[in-house]
Amino acid sequence: MNRPNSSHRVPRGSQRLDDEVEPDVTVLLASTTTGDEALERLHRRLETAAAREGLLDVAYTTVDTPVGSLLLAATDRGLVRVAYVTEDHDRILEGLADKISPRVLRAPRRLDVAAREIDEYFAGQRKHFDLPLDFSLSSGFRQVVQRHLSEIAYGHTESYKDVAAVVGNPKAVRAVGSACATNPLPVVVPCHRVVRTDGTLGGYVGGLSAKATLLNLESAA
Amino acid sequence: MDRKQPFESVVTAHSQTVMRVCRVVVGVHDADDAWAETFLAALRSYPDLPADANVEAWLVTIAHRKAIDVLRSRRRRALPVDEVPDQTSSMGIPGAEDQALWDAVKTLSSKQRQAVAYHYVAGLPYAEVALILGGTTDAARRAAADGIARLRSIYPGATAKGGTR
Repeated sequence: MNRPNSSHRVPRGSQRLDDEVEPDVTVLLASTTTGDEALERLHRRLETAAAREGLLDVAYTTVDTPVGSLLLAATDRGLVRVAYVTEDHDRILEGLADKISPRVLRAPRRLDVAAREIDEYFAGQRKHFDLPLDFSLSSGFRQVVQRHLSEIAYGHTESYKDVAAVVGNPKAVRAVGSACATNPLPVVVPCHRVVRTDGTLGGYVGGLSAKATLLNLESAA
Repeated sequence: MDRKQPFESVVTAHSQTVMRVCRVVVGVHDADDAWAETFLAALRSYPDLPADANVEAWLVTIAHRKAIDVLRSRRRRALPVDEVPDQTSSMGIPGAEDQALWDAVKTLSSKQRQAVAYHYVAGLPYAEVALILGGTTDAARRAAADGIARLRSIYPGATAKGGTR
């Protein structure tokens, strides 16, 4: 730990001065830092071991898309959550820890297939998602509506009123709206294909510009 | 707020500290194994951890047990010839100063290394260190003090404070 300038003062500038004390061993031990790359490798090892031991209750990753970074989360039953940045990914993960299990781990490999299908979708190369879905974050009428949404074909839209009729409750237009607004799997479960009777967009969990982007993508393909 | 954080947040917040503790207790070479075993065991029992628990103290307690396991299995691996590591250490190539520090740490007794790691590296109070080590608070304090005194006397960079260069 010899420093070149430790025996005399350097007149000016930002160089070290000799009154700087050597760090004590306690400081040295408490400040050793493992590089990001090494920690990343250890993290992958943890992901693998967790999956092998059946401890990966909720795995997640993020993917970059034309509508921003999307959070993807899966249980062992399937994709359980897709979330826009505007929904606040940290808050979403806290919600998953709360509602499903606190064993929430970043584990991209569990989401390889979902991430690939989403990439293909945004590249205009996929019109239908072929993924196991876990609807455990929704229930009752909302889940009934959400399960129906996947039947709206790519490039087509239905009105909130249409959807209400199809699920057998024609008066429940507002409830259909809230089912869409609380869709835990946007993009994959296409709530963006539900618009107002007059053709205007209505609302969207990812914001109206994201909804327009998805609908434009589908009408162009 | 006593909602439990996602486990990933626990890893992010404490992975460096757990690694430092592992390096001091089991040495640089086996620290990766101890780190991985610690976080896997922590993930397993995380749902049972009370929401208001001191997460770092909990992790250090797990690391203590896992470090003992790692050292035991290393001893079982017998001949040095068999010790072909299937992965490189996370340390990369340590600088000369670091190597001297880790060499100095290696000369401590295991009790001293543990006490130093849990008090000086993880920052646990001696009462908690004593709970982990299974002795009195005074014994924990003594082990840590002896360990640090020894490190200061043999680590070349630690002449410091008024020492000659």
